[in-house]
Amino acid sequence: MAEYTLKINGKSYTTNAPEDMPLLWVLRDLLELRGTKFGCGAGLCGACTVHLEGAAIRSCSFPVSAVGSQAITTIEGLSENGDHPLQKAWQEHGVPQCGYCQTGQIMNAAALLKQNPKPSETEVEKAMQGNLCRCGTYTRIKSAILSVSND
Amino acid sequence: MKYAKDNIQEIKADVFKPSRRDFLKAGSLLSGGLALGVSFWSCDSKGAKTALFEPNVYLTIGTDGIVTIMAHRTEMGQGIRTSLPLVLADELGADWEKVNIEQALADEKYGDQNTDGSYSIRMFYKPFREAGATARQMLVRAAAAKWKVNEDECSTAKSEVLHTASGKSISFGELVEDASKLEVPEASEIQLKAVEDFELIGKATPIVDGHNIASGKAVYGIDAAVEGMKIAVVKRCPVVGGSVVSFDAEKAKAIPGVLEVIEIKGPGLPATLSKPLSGVAVIAENTWAAIKGREALEVEWDLGPNATYDSDQQIAELKESVKKKGTDRRVRGNFTQAKASAKKVIEHTYVAPHLAHATMEPPAALAVVKDGKCEVWAPTQNPQGARDVLAEELGMEKGNITIHVTLLGGGFGRKSKPDFIVEAALLAKESGYPVKVTWTREDDIHHDYFHALSVQRVVATIDSQNKLSGWNHHIAYPSISATTDTSVLQPSVGEMMLGAIDFAYQVPAIQIETHDAKSHLRVGWLRSVRNIPQAYAICTMLDEVAEARGMDPVQNILDLLGEDQNLTFAEEITDGGYPNYGESIEDYPWETARMKAVIKKVAEDANWGRKLPSGSALGFAAHKSFLTYVACIVEVKVNGSSVEIPNVYYALDCGTGVNTDRIKSQFEGGAQFAASFALKSAITFKEGRVVQNNFDGYEIIRMPESPKNIHVHIMESTAKPTGVGEPPVPPFAPALANAIYAATGKRIYEMPMKW
Repeated sequence: MAEYTLKINGKSYTTNAPEDMPLLWVLRDLLELRGTKFGCGAGLCGACTVHLEGAAIRSCSFPVSAVGSQAITTIEGLSENGDHPLQKAWQEHGVPQCGYCQTGQIMNAAALLKQNPKPSETEVEKAMQGNLCRCGTYTRIKSAILSVSND
Repeated sequence: MKYAKDNIQEIKADVFKPSRRDFLKAGSLLSGGLALGVSFWSCDSKGAKTALFEPNVYLTIGTDGIVTIMAHRTEMGQGIRTSLPLVLADELGADWEKVNIEQALADEKYGDQNTDGSYSIRMFYKPFREAGATARQMLVRAAAAKWKVNEDECSTAKSEVLHTASGKSISFGELVEDASKLEVPEASEIQLKAVEDFELIGKATPIVDGHNIASGKAVYGIDAAVEGMKIAVVKRCPVVGGSVVSFDAEKAKAIPGVLEVIEIKGPGLPATLSKPLSGVAVIAENTWAAIKGREALEVEWDLGPNATYDSDQQIAELKESVKKKGTDRRVRGNFTQAKASAKKVIEHTYVAPHLAHATMEPPAALAVVKDGKCEVWAPTQNPQGARDVLAEELGMEKGNITIHVTLLGGGFGRKSKPDFIVEAALLAKESGYPVKVTWTREDDIHHDYFHALSVQRVVATIDSQNKLSGWNHHIAYPSISATTDTSVLQPSVGEMMLGAIDFAYQVPAIQIETHDAKSHLRVGWLRSVRNIPQAYAICTMLDEVAEARGMDPVQNILDLLGEDQNLTFAEEITDGGYPNYGESIEDYPWETARMKAVIKKVAEDANWGRKLPSGSALGFAAHKSFLTYVACIVEVKVNGSSVEIPNVYYALDCGTGVNTDRIKSQFEGGAQFAASFALKSAITFKEGRVVQNNFDGYEIIRMPESPKNIHVHIMESTAKPTGVGEPPVPPFAPALANAIYAATGKRIYEMPMKW
């Protein structure tokens, strides 16, 4: 067990956790930020995607001890009122079905657009291939991302 | 030889049809027995409780004008929390933007809450229209009396009653008090809106949870939390039917944060559709500690009689047994003669593996057991069913159990089983803590209620007139019924109904037979259930029949459907008639005209017959399920052993389409769901255990390989609405296989597909 001070969504959180505890469970269980979802625990589905210094990581496979002073952004901190262009596009395109994977999808897409504001369709597909959706909303995820990148 | 004489009710629980009388009666229970279900409360001294107009259990209107509609069905991605309430809102004339949707607790007063079998809209469309219309008429009556005008001069819109002639309007809120004193109109007095007056029904309405989902605020079962809650992770016996011999908790308890280690006793065999598996639970302060504690736990198992089960071996055995004479399930004419006089006989065996649901949210539930009461937050498709099982397991009255239904991170049939909820409740009772059970992905893949493997053999005969003269379909798979009765070896009529004994084509000789297949796992149901392998065998064989007849595949099917007519199968079915998804065949006939119409439409939309470059092709399949007619064309571009799917075309007839955008999204998702099992997914068992562990071994389709464009056409109809959650799934895989054949010349008889 060790004490960690984490910079999450512009705020500072201090918590005690074993060093191997994945960031996912720190967020969900210790800090009650449950918008980040558990899907596989092995970096295979992307449901737990958050940003570390703006880059997408799988929080289920990222130990809290590796975070250090790097800034974390979760879905709760992506925008003030849930009005990030992607969050709006997700609603305009009627993307979600059950919605469970969508916070991870949005975080992954937001990191993509930060890196590459005008991705091609193929680049979107490649960047999003680590995010599974069992409801099968892929066509709408893609059009929502492309609509934002074309704005 | 034994097969269950059950019907669809046993598989899909009760098909309860709430009549107007039922929900009005129910309303009166809710309102403390006030006459005719209308309740009225004055504001209390604190003003906390506003007066309510509550003409039925699904609707309340406050004096503040807030219209609240109960969502009594479970939301799992199909959009029902939006699409059913909007039916009531439309009839009422409510301002949809301001309607408040409230998720109902488990309670019989709402009627059937078992969200399964694609029947929410089918069952509740009419009652919800009547509920809205009843309230509208009472509000209009109240306003008309106030204004001293005729009721038929008044209408409703945007949560107001309007008198067009005078230009007067009054809000629903202002009418609550007067309307509550009125008698509920008789059934014969209820006037439903004309179709052309619909504001919401038949249009595209966004889901009410969109913003919460996109901003991370949506609450699923796994997100439920109460003060003092602990997390449990369970080590379950790796073989179904096994049990705990002994366990050593010492190392687990040494993990910081681990609080308790508790055994859960399973039922052994039969595994049942409700009870937990045998296992040992680790309860900890947080999920990670529980997972680490479970890793450290040492359990000795008695693996039981399924410890030698090997699914590949079972498939090999079933391939042999389907060659023999089976149990006749449907017989028309004389297939033996048809075969003897055939000019050509085509015969193939079709194999499909076990599948796991793999909902993105694994099973998870929170339970608090205290002072003889139990309160649960769970992602359940069947809240009343879960409550009844808890009552039995906890030895409690049903009335002492409260079930809050959260959003479901996917259901697909998995979350109709309450085993994980029972785990949470038993552990909460035993430990005294509020306990949230969380399944890891490995738990989910290992211990699902699986969609069972299937082996089917079809023999089709073509006579000298180039007609399809005989159809002999042999079917073998472990039955769902075997999960509750291990002596069941053959499919139930409910399973055979799902796309096998309702074989709809004009063939003089039909013989459908089933064979023994012992179950060694927990068999459940997965989105469209046995329609998956049955439609696959039928629709790919019919593509070969078209080729053998020298006919275009679409023309072949239109020809085989014959004249416009309503089909009946009952007299040819050997064990108790045709269940027709729980509806009478008179109310919901099998209309060949509607099937032909969707086929022609999809062919037109896909520009069937168009020239494509080498390696690209179109494939076609049509399949009715859950009373909805669906035709599908898949376009493929085959590159060696991989395939791109640039386009999928669907035409469907689900009667009245309530929320067109959610119908389309179900079809888009249905194609992707089917693409997963068609190309990727398989569960195998070795030594009684599931071989796959996570999404690396049990693959589902990812964006780069998923169908790119999915075009969905909904036929215009005013017929009674039917389901859309499951019907897109069955025709996709055979249409894909037929397309791959057209592109490569290779027929595919096994899923996941290789060529």
